[in-house]
Amino acid sequence: MSVLRVRVWRGAEQGAYQAFEVPRQASQTVLDVVTYIQRALDPTLAYRFACRVGMCGSCAMTVNGIARWTCRTHVDKVAADGVLEIGPLANLPMVRDLVADMREFFDKWARAKGRFSGTRTRAEDFARVAPHSAARRDVDAAIECIGCGVCYSSCDVVAWNPDYLGPAALNRAWTLLRDERDGTRTARLHAVAGEAGCHACHTHMSCTERCPKHIAPTAGIAGLKRELARAALHGEL
Amino acid sequence: MIYAVHSGLGAAQILARTQGSLVWLAFYGVFLLAVVVHVPIGLRAVLSEWLGWRGRSRDAALAAFALALAGLGGRAILGVFG
Amino acid sequence: MRSGARARNHPAFWAFLVHRLSGILLAAYLPVHFWVLGMALHHAAGLDAFLRWTDQPLVKFGEWGLVLMLAAHLAGGLRLLALEFLPWRDWQKSLAAAAAGAALVVSLAFALAL
Repeated sequence: MSVLRVRVWRGAEQGAYQAFEVPRQASQTVLDVVTYIQRALDPTLAYRFACRVGMCGSCAMTVNGIARWTCRTHVDKVAADGVLEIGPLANLPMVRDLVADMREFFDKWARAKGRFSGTRTRAEDFARVAPHSAARRDVDAAIECIGCGVCYSSCDVVAWNPDYLGPAALNRAWTLLRDERDGTRTARLHAVAGEAGCHACHTHMSCTERCPKHIAPTAGIAGLKRELARAALHGEL
Repeated sequence: MIYAVHSGLGAAQILARTQGSLVWLAFYGVFLLAVVVHVPIGLRAVLSEWLGWRGRSRDAALAAFALALAGLGGRAILGVFG
Repeated sequence: MRSGARARNHPAFWAFLVHRLSGILLAAYLPVHFWVLGMALHHAAGLDAFLRWTDQPLVKFGEWGLVLMLAAHLAGGLRLLALEFLPWRDWQKSLAAAAAGAALVVSLAFALAL
Protein backbone atom coordinates (compact mmCIF):
# COMPACT_ATOMS: atom_id res chain seq x y z
CA MET A 1 0.00 0.00 0.00
CA SER A 2 1.72 3.20 -1.07
CA VAL A 3 1.47 6.50 0.67
CA LEU A 4 0.69 9.99 -0.53
CA ARG A 5 2.73 12.90 0.77
CA VAL A 6 0.20 15.68 1.15
CA ARG A 7 0.85 19.30 2.03
CA VAL A 8 -2.25 21.15 3.20
CA TRP A 9 -2.57 24.87 3.81
CA ARG A 10 -3.33 25.67 7.46
CA GLY A 11 -4.26 29.04 8.86
CA ALA A 12 -5.31 32.01 6.81
CA GLU A 13 -3.20 34.70 5.08
CA GLN A 14 -0.71 34.06 7.88
CA GLY A 15 -0.25 30.35 7.63
CA ALA A 16 1.82 27.50 6.28
CA TYR A 17 1.59 24.13 4.63
CA GLN A 18 1.37 21.17 6.96
CA ALA A 19 2.54 17.74 5.84
CA PHE A 20 0.47 14.58 6.16
CA GLU A 21 0.86 11.02 4.98
CA VAL A 22 -2.28 9.51 3.53
CA PRO A 23 -2.71 5.87 2.46
CA ARG A 24 -3.25 5.65 -1.26
CA GLN A 25 -6.40 3.94 -2.51
CA ALA A 26 -7.72 2.95 -5.91
CA SER A 27 -9.97 5.57 -7.55
CA GLN A 28 -9.15 7.99 -4.75
CA THR A 29 -10.15 11.61 -5.23
CA VAL A 30 -8.51 14.64 -3.68
CA LEU A 31 -11.68 15.14 -1.61
CA ASP A 32 -11.22 11.62 -0.27
CA VAL A 33 -7.71 12.62 0.78
CA VAL A 34 -8.89 15.77 2.57
CA THR A 35 -11.70 13.85 4.24
CA TYR A 36 -9.26 11.20 5.45
CA ILE A 37 -6.98 13.82 6.94
CA GLN A 38 -9.81 15.52 8.80
CA ARG A 39 -11.33 12.29 10.09
CA ALA A 40 -8.25 10.24 10.90
CA LEU A 41 -5.34 12.64 11.34
CA ASP A 42 -6.40 16.16 12.28
CA PRO A 43 -10.01 17.01 13.15
CA THR A 44 -9.24 20.73 13.24
CA LEU A 45 -8.86 20.88 9.44
CA ALA A 46 -11.53 23.14 7.92
CA TYR A 47 -12.82 22.48 4.41
CA ARG A 48 -16.02 22.73 2.35
CA PHE A 49 -17.91 20.06 0.49
CA ALA A 50 -21.52 19.12 -0.11
CA CYS A 51 -22.65 16.78 -2.86
CA ARG A 52 -19.22 15.11 -3.41
CA VAL A 53 -20.40 13.99 -6.88
CA GLY A 54 -19.50 16.96 -9.06
CA MET A 55 -22.73 18.92 -9.03
CA CYS A 56 -22.47 21.68 -6.45
CA GLY A 57 -18.96 23.11 -6.84
CA SER A 58 -18.50 23.54 -3.07
CA CYS A 59 -15.31 21.47 -2.90
CA ALA A 60 -13.29 23.68 -5.23
CA MET A 61 -9.71 24.10 -4.01
CA THR A 62 -6.23 24.74 -5.37
CA VAL A 63 -4.60 21.39 -6.13
CA ASN A 64 -0.92 21.49 -7.14
CA GLY A 65 -1.35 25.11 -8.15
CA ILE A 66 -4.52 24.64 -10.22
CA ALA A 67 -8.11 25.31 -9.19
CA ARG A 68 -10.20 22.15 -9.36
CA TRP A 69 -13.26 20.39 -7.95
CA THR A 70 -11.60 18.04 -5.51
CA CYS A 71 -14.44 15.49 -5.65
CA ARG A 72 -13.89 15.15 -9.40
CA THR A 73 -10.11 15.12 -9.32
CA HIS A 74 -8.60 11.68 -9.17
CA VAL A 75 -5.35 11.53 -7.27
CA ASP A 76 -3.80 9.43 -10.05
CA LYS A 77 -4.36 12.32 -12.44
CA VAL A 78 -2.64 15.02 -10.41
CA ALA A 79 -0.19 13.29 -8.11
CA ALA A 80 1.77 11.05 -10.42
CA ASP A 81 4.82 11.34 -8.18
CA GLY A 82 2.83 10.73 -4.99
CA VAL A 83 2.95 14.39 -3.91
CA LEU A 84 -0.09 16.61 -3.43
CA GLU A 85 -0.29 20.24 -2.46
CA ILE A 86 -3.76 21.47 -1.45
CA GLY A 87 -4.78 25.01 -0.66
CA PRO A 88 -7.89 27.21 -0.68
CA LEU A 89 -9.12 28.83 -3.89
CA ALA A 90 -6.81 31.58 -5.10
CA ASN A 91 -7.76 35.24 -5.52
CA LEU A 92 -10.09 35.16 -2.54
CA PRO A 93 -9.59 36.06 1.11
CA MET A 94 -9.03 33.03 3.28
CA VAL A 95 -11.35 32.10 6.12
CA ARG A 96 -9.33 29.20 7.46
CA ASP A 97 -7.32 26.31 6.06
CA LEU A 98 -9.02 25.23 2.84
CA VAL A 99 -12.01 27.54 3.14
CA ALA A 100 -12.09 30.70 1.00
CA ASP A 101 -14.35 33.69 1.60
CA MET A 102 -16.69 33.73 -1.38
CA ARG A 103 -18.43 36.99 -0.59
CA GLU A 104 -16.59 39.22 -3.04
CA PHE A 105 -17.19 36.63 -5.77
CA PHE A 106 -20.93 36.95 -5.30
CA ASP A 107 -20.79 40.70 -4.67
CA LYS A 108 -19.23 41.13 -8.09
CA TRP A 109 -21.94 38.90 -9.56
CA ALA A 110 -24.48 41.41 -8.22
CA ARG A 111 -22.41 44.39 -9.42
CA ALA A 112 -22.45 42.96 -12.93
CA LYS A 113 -26.26 42.94 -12.70
CA GLY A 114 -26.17 39.17 -12.74
CA ARG A 115 -29.79 38.91 -11.71
CA PHE A 116 -32.80 38.36 -13.93
CA SER A 117 -35.48 41.02 -13.92
CA GLY A 118 -38.59 40.18 -15.86
CA THR A 119 -41.00 42.52 -17.54
CA ARG A 120 -44.15 40.42 -17.54
CA THR A 121 -46.71 39.90 -14.81
CA ARG A 122 -48.64 36.78 -13.85
CA ALA A 123 -51.57 38.19 -15.78
CA GLU A 124 -49.74 37.75 -19.06
CA ASP A 125 -49.00 34.64 -21.01
CA PHE A 126 -45.61 32.84 -20.81
CA ALA A 127 -42.81 34.29 -22.84
CA ARG A 128 -42.17 32.18 -25.90
CA VAL A 129 -38.46 31.81 -26.51
CA ALA A 130 -37.40 29.96 -29.65
CA PRO A 131 -34.90 27.37 -28.42
CA HIS A 132 -32.80 27.50 -31.58
CA SER A 133 -32.62 31.26 -31.91
CA ALA A 134 -29.11 32.66 -31.91
CA ALA A 135 -29.73 34.44 -28.63
CA ARG A 136 -31.06 31.37 -26.87
CA ARG A 137 -28.17 29.23 -28.13
CA ASP A 138 -25.76 31.79 -26.66
CA VAL A 139 -27.60 31.57 -23.34
CA ASP A 140 -27.66 27.76 -23.36
CA ALA A 141 -23.91 27.60 -23.93
CA ALA A 142 -23.25 29.61 -20.78
CA ILE A 143 -26.18 29.03 -18.45
CA GLU A 144 -24.95 25.96 -16.58
CA CYS A 145 -22.63 27.95 -14.29
CA ILE A 146 -23.08 26.95 -10.65
CA GLY A 147 -20.89 29.67 -9.18
CA CYS A 148 -18.07 27.42 -7.98
CA GLY A 149 -15.39 30.08 -8.32
CA VAL A 150 -12.83 28.00 -10.22
CA CYS A 151 -12.73 30.46 -13.14
CA TYR A 152 -12.42 33.45 -10.80
CA SER A 153 -9.65 31.66 -9.01
CA SER A 154 -7.81 30.89 -12.23
CA CYS A 155 -7.96 34.40 -13.68
CA ASP A 156 -4.76 36.44 -13.58
CA VAL A 157 -6.61 39.68 -14.25
CA VAL A 158 -8.62 39.07 -11.10
CA ALA A 159 -5.31 38.75 -9.27
CA TRP A 160 -3.86 41.86 -10.90
CA ASN A 161 -6.95 44.08 -10.80
CA PRO A 162 -8.95 43.97 -7.55
CA ASP A 163 -11.96 45.70 -9.10
CA TYR A 164 -12.29 43.31 -12.04
CA LEU A 165 -15.71 41.67 -11.96
CA GLY A 166 -14.31 38.37 -13.14
CA PRO A 167 -15.31 35.68 -15.62
CA ALA A 168 -18.27 34.18 -13.75
CA ALA A 169 -20.07 37.46 -13.13
CA LEU A 170 -19.50 38.64 -16.68
CA ASN A 171 -20.55 35.27 -18.09
CA ARG A 172 -23.80 35.48 -16.16
CA ALA A 173 -24.36 39.06 -17.32
CA TRP A 174 -23.90 37.79 -20.87
CA THR A 175 -26.58 35.13 -20.47
CA LEU A 176 -28.99 37.76 -19.19
CA LEU A 177 -28.12 40.17 -21.95
CA ARG A 178 -29.03 37.49 -24.45
CA ASP A 179 -32.21 36.61 -22.58
CA GLU A 180 -34.98 38.30 -24.51
CA ARG A 181 -37.24 38.30 -21.44
CA ASP A 182 -34.89 40.41 -19.32
CA GLY A 183 -35.61 44.11 -19.00
CA THR A 184 -32.43 45.74 -17.71
CA ARG A 185 -30.28 45.84 -20.84
CA THR A 186 -28.95 49.39 -20.58
CA ALA A 187 -28.15 49.23 -16.89
CA ARG A 188 -26.38 45.92 -17.40
CA LEU A 189 -24.33 47.27 -20.32
CA HIS A 190 -23.16 50.10 -18.09
CA ALA A 191 -22.38 47.65 -15.30
CA VAL A 192 -20.12 45.47 -17.42
CA ALA A 193 -18.25 48.19 -19.28
CA GLY A 194 -14.94 49.73 -18.36
CA GLU A 195 -11.80 48.95 -16.43
CA ALA A 196 -13.59 46.74 -13.91
CA GLY A 197 -15.74 45.15 -16.58
CA CYS A 198 -15.32 43.16 -19.73
CA HIS A 199 -12.68 45.49 -21.17
CA ALA A 200 -10.21 44.36 -18.52
CA CYS A 201 -10.29 40.83 -19.93
CA HIS A 202 -7.13 40.10 -21.88
CA THR A 203 -8.30 36.78 -23.26
CA HIS A 204 -5.88 34.65 -21.25
CA MET A 205 -8.64 32.04 -21.39
CA SER A 206 -7.60 30.40 -18.13
CA CYS A 207 -11.26 30.53 -17.14
CA THR A 208 -12.30 28.58 -20.22
CA GLU A 209 -9.39 26.21 -19.75
CA ARG A 210 -10.37 25.38 -16.15
CA CYS A 211 -14.16 25.55 -16.03
CA PRO A 212 -15.39 22.14 -14.81
CA LYS A 213 -18.64 22.61 -16.70
CA HIS A 214 -16.80 23.43 -19.93
CA ILE A 215 -18.31 26.86 -20.20
CA ALA A 216 -16.26 29.45 -22.07
CA PRO A 217 -16.56 32.72 -20.15
CA THR A 218 -14.14 34.18 -22.69
CA ALA A 219 -16.83 33.73 -25.33
CA GLY A 220 -19.39 35.54 -23.21
CA ILE A 221 -16.96 38.34 -22.42
CA ALA A 222 -16.13 38.70 -26.11
CA GLY A 223 -19.87 38.92 -26.70
CA LEU A 224 -20.15 41.67 -24.10
CA LYS A 225 -17.38 43.61 -25.83
CA ARG A 226 -19.23 43.24 -29.13
CA GLU A 227 -22.53 44.34 -27.61
CA LEU A 228 -20.91 47.34 -25.98
CA ALA A 229 -19.26 48.40 -29.23
CA ARG A 230 -22.57 48.04 -31.03
CA ALA A 231 -24.44 49.95 -28.35
CA ALA A 232 -21.87 52.73 -28.34
CA LEU A 233 -22.12 53.08 -32.11
CA HIS A 234 -25.90 53.25 -31.93
CA GLY A 235 -25.82 55.87 -29.22
CA GLU A 236 -27.45 53.54 -26.73
CA LEU A 237 -24.94 54.24 -23.98
CA MET B 1 9.76 48.08 -44.16
CA ILE B 2 10.78 45.39 -46.63
CA TYR B 3 10.54 48.00 -49.39
CA ALA B 4 12.65 50.44 -47.41
CA VAL B 5 15.32 47.88 -46.61
CA HIS B 6 15.60 46.82 -50.25
CA SER B 7 15.87 50.39 -51.47
CA GLY B 8 18.67 51.20 -49.08
CA LEU B 9 19.04 52.68 -45.63
CA GLY B 10 21.64 55.40 -46.07
CA ALA B 11 20.57 58.89 -45.06
CA ALA B 12 20.59 60.09 -48.64
CA GLN B 13 18.56 57.08 -49.78
CA ILE B 14 15.96 57.50 -47.02
CA LEU B 15 15.56 61.17 -47.76
CA ALA B 16 15.34 60.54 -51.49
CA ARG B 17 12.29 58.36 -50.81
CA THR B 18 10.60 60.59 -48.29
CA GLN B 19 11.35 64.20 -49.06
CA GLY B 20 8.37 65.81 -50.72
CA SER B 21 6.55 62.51 -50.95
CA LEU B 22 2.89 62.99 -50.10
CA VAL B 23 2.33 59.25 -50.17
CA TRP B 24 4.97 58.78 -47.51
CA LEU B 25 3.61 61.70 -45.51
CA ALA B 26 0.11 60.24 -45.51
CA PHE B 27 1.39 56.78 -44.59
CA TYR B 28 3.68 57.93 -41.81
CA GLY B 29 1.17 60.50 -40.54
CA VAL B 30 -1.47 57.83 -40.07
CA PHE B 31 1.12 55.59 -38.42
CA LEU B 32 2.08 58.37 -36.00
CA LEU B 33 -1.55 59.05 -35.11
CA ALA B 34 -2.18 55.36 -34.52
CA VAL B 35 0.90 55.10 -32.32
CA VAL B 36 0.07 58.16 -30.21
CA VAL B 37 -3.40 56.75 -29.51
CA HIS B 38 -2.65 53.04 -29.21
CA VAL B 39 0.59 52.93 -27.21
CA PRO B 40 -0.66 54.80 -24.11
CA ILE B 41 -3.86 52.75 -24.05
CA GLY B 42 -1.84 49.55 -24.11
CA LEU B 43 0.62 50.76 -21.49
CA ARG B 44 -2.25 51.82 -19.23
CA ALA B 45 -3.22 48.20 -18.61
CA VAL B 46 0.40 47.15 -18.12
CA LEU B 47 1.03 49.90 -15.56
CA SER B 48 -2.08 49.17 -13.52
CA GLU B 49 -1.83 45.37 -13.65
CA TRP B 50 1.89 44.78 -13.31
CA LEU B 51 3.04 47.86 -11.40
CA GLY B 52 -0.13 48.59 -9.46
CA TRP B 53 -0.04 52.17 -10.71
CA ARG B 54 -3.58 53.52 -10.95
CA GLY B 55 -5.38 56.84 -10.84
CA ARG B 56 -4.69 60.32 -12.09
CA SER B 57 -0.90 60.27 -11.79
CA ARG B 58 -0.72 57.25 -14.06
CA ASP B 59 -3.04 58.83 -16.64
CA ALA B 60 -1.12 62.11 -16.48
CA ALA B 61 2.17 60.28 -17.06
CA LEU B 62 0.65 58.46 -20.04
CA ALA B 63 -0.69 61.70 -21.49
CA ALA B 64 2.79 63.18 -21.16
CA PHE B 65 4.25 60.12 -22.91
CA ALA B 66 1.68 60.48 -25.71
CA LEU B 67 2.66 64.12 -26.14
CA ALA B 68 6.34 63.17 -26.19
CA LEU B 69 5.68 60.59 -28.89
CA ALA B 70 3.68 63.11 -30.90
CA GLY B 71 6.45 65.66 -30.54
CA LEU B 72 9.25 63.31 -31.47
CA GLY B 73 7.21 61.87 -34.32
CA GLY B 74 6.29 65.29 -35.64
CA ARG B 75 9.94 66.29 -35.54
CA ALA B 76 10.82 63.12 -37.43
CA ILE B 77 8.23 63.90 -40.09
CA LEU B 78 9.55 67.45 -40.43
CA GLY B 79 13.10 66.22 -40.67
CA VAL B 80 12.38 63.62 -43.25
CA PHE B 81 9.60 65.08 -45.35
CA GLY B 82 10.21 68.78 -45.30
CA MET C 1 -3.53 32.57 -2.25
CA ARG C 2 -2.17 33.03 -5.75
CA SER C 3 -2.67 30.64 -8.66
CA GLY C 4 0.49 28.88 -9.64
CA ALA C 5 2.47 29.15 -12.85
CA ARG C 6 1.18 25.69 -13.71
CA ALA C 7 -2.30 27.14 -14.18
CA ARG C 8 -1.00 29.49 -16.89
CA ASN C 9 0.52 26.79 -19.04
CA HIS C 10 -1.76 27.01 -22.08
CA PRO C 11 -1.59 28.60 -25.56
CA ALA C 12 -3.95 31.51 -25.03
CA PHE C 13 -1.91 32.69 -22.08
CA TRP C 14 1.33 32.47 -24.05
CA ALA C 15 -0.35 34.46 -26.83
CA PHE C 16 -1.24 37.13 -24.25
CA LEU C 17 2.29 37.20 -22.90
CA VAL C 18 3.84 37.54 -26.36
CA HIS C 19 1.37 40.31 -27.18
CA ARG C 20 2.06 42.23 -23.98
CA LEU C 21 5.86 41.82 -23.98
CA SER C 22 6.16 42.71 -27.67
CA GLY C 23 3.99 45.76 -27.03
CA ILE C 24 6.19 46.91 -24.17
CA LEU C 25 9.35 46.49 -26.23
CA LEU C 26 7.84 48.36 -29.17
CA ALA C 27 6.66 51.16 -26.87
CA ALA C 28 10.21 51.48 -25.55
CA TYR C 29 11.65 51.43 -29.08
CA LEU C 30 9.36 53.99 -30.73
CA PRO C 31 10.80 57.15 -29.11
CA VAL C 32 14.25 56.00 -30.22
CA HIS C 33 12.99 55.44 -33.76
CA PHE C 34 11.43 58.90 -33.95
CA TRP C 35 14.54 60.48 -32.42
CA VAL C 36 16.79 58.90 -35.03
CA LEU C 37 14.61 60.00 -37.94
CA GLY C 38 14.40 63.46 -36.43
CA MET C 39 18.20 63.62 -36.58
CA ALA C 40 17.82 64.06 -40.32
CA LEU C 41 16.50 67.52 -39.61
CA HIS C 42 19.40 68.90 -37.61
CA HIS C 43 22.14 66.32 -37.64
CA ALA C 44 22.27 64.84 -41.09
CA ALA C 45 25.87 63.83 -40.54
CA GLY C 46 24.88 62.25 -37.23
CA LEU C 47 22.14 60.30 -38.97
CA ASP C 48 24.62 58.94 -41.48
CA ALA C 49 27.02 57.96 -38.74
CA PHE C 50 24.21 56.27 -36.86
CA LEU C 51 23.10 54.38 -39.98
CA ARG C 52 26.67 53.20 -40.52
CA TRP C 53 26.63 51.92 -36.93
CA THR C 54 23.50 49.95 -37.69
CA ASP C 55 25.36 48.00 -40.34
CA GLN C 56 26.90 45.85 -37.61
CA PRO C 57 25.54 42.26 -37.48
CA LEU C 58 24.45 42.57 -33.84
CA VAL C 59 22.37 45.62 -34.65
CA LYS C 60 20.95 43.88 -37.70
CA PHE C 61 19.93 41.05 -35.41
CA GLY C 62 18.29 43.56 -33.11
CA GLU C 63 16.43 45.06 -36.05
CA TRP C 64 15.22 41.62 -37.02
CA GLY C 65 14.05 41.20 -33.45
CA LEU C 66 12.11 44.45 -33.66
CA VAL C 67 10.39 43.38 -36.85
CA LEU C 68 9.54 40.09 -35.14
CA MET C 69 8.06 42.04 -32.23
CA LEU C 70 6.01 44.16 -34.59
CA ALA C 71 4.78 41.18 -36.59
CA ALA C 72 3.96 39.25 -33.40
CA HIS C 73 2.12 42.19 -31.85
CA LEU C 74 0.17 42.86 -35.03
CA ALA C 75 -0.72 39.21 -35.51
CA GLY C 76 -1.73 38.89 -31.85
CA GLY C 77 -3.87 41.99 -32.16
CA LEU C 78 -5.60 40.67 -35.25
CA ARG C 79 -6.21 37.39 -33.41
CA LEU C 80 -7.92 39.33 -30.59
CA LEU C 81 -10.05 41.32 -33.01
CA ALA C 82 -11.13 38.10 -34.70
CA LEU C 83 -11.94 36.49 -31.33
CA GLU C 84 -13.94 39.45 -30.17
CA PHE C 85 -15.80 40.49 -33.29
CA LEU C 86 -16.31 37.32 -35.27
CA PRO C 87 -18.78 34.65 -34.14
CA TRP C 88 -17.23 32.46 -31.44
CA ARG C 89 -15.69 29.19 -32.42
CA ASP C 90 -13.76 26.84 -30.20
CA TRP C 91 -10.59 26.79 -32.26
CA GLN C 92 -8.85 29.76 -30.72
CA LYS C 93 -5.70 27.72 -30.26
CA SER C 94 -5.40 27.44 -34.02
CA LEU C 95 -5.87 31.16 -34.15
CA ALA C 96 -2.97 31.66 -31.77
CA ALA C 97 -0.84 29.34 -33.85
CA ALA C 98 -1.81 31.10 -37.07
CA ALA C 99 -0.92 34.42 -35.52
CA ALA C 100 2.46 33.10 -34.45
CA GLY C 101 3.04 31.69 -37.91
CA ALA C 102 2.16 34.93 -39.62
CA ALA C 103 4.53 36.81 -37.33
CA LEU C 104 7.35 34.45 -38.16
CA VAL C 105 6.72 34.68 -41.89
CA VAL C 106 6.88 38.43 -41.92
CA SER C 107 10.07 38.47 -39.88
CA LEU C 108 11.70 35.90 -42.11
CA ALA C 109 10.79 37.94 -45.17
CA PHE C 110 12.44 40.89 -43.53
CA ALA C 111 15.49 38.90 -42.62
CA LEU C 112 15.77 37.68 -46.19
CA ALA C 113 15.56 41.23 -47.42
CA LEU C 114 18.59 42.22 -45.39
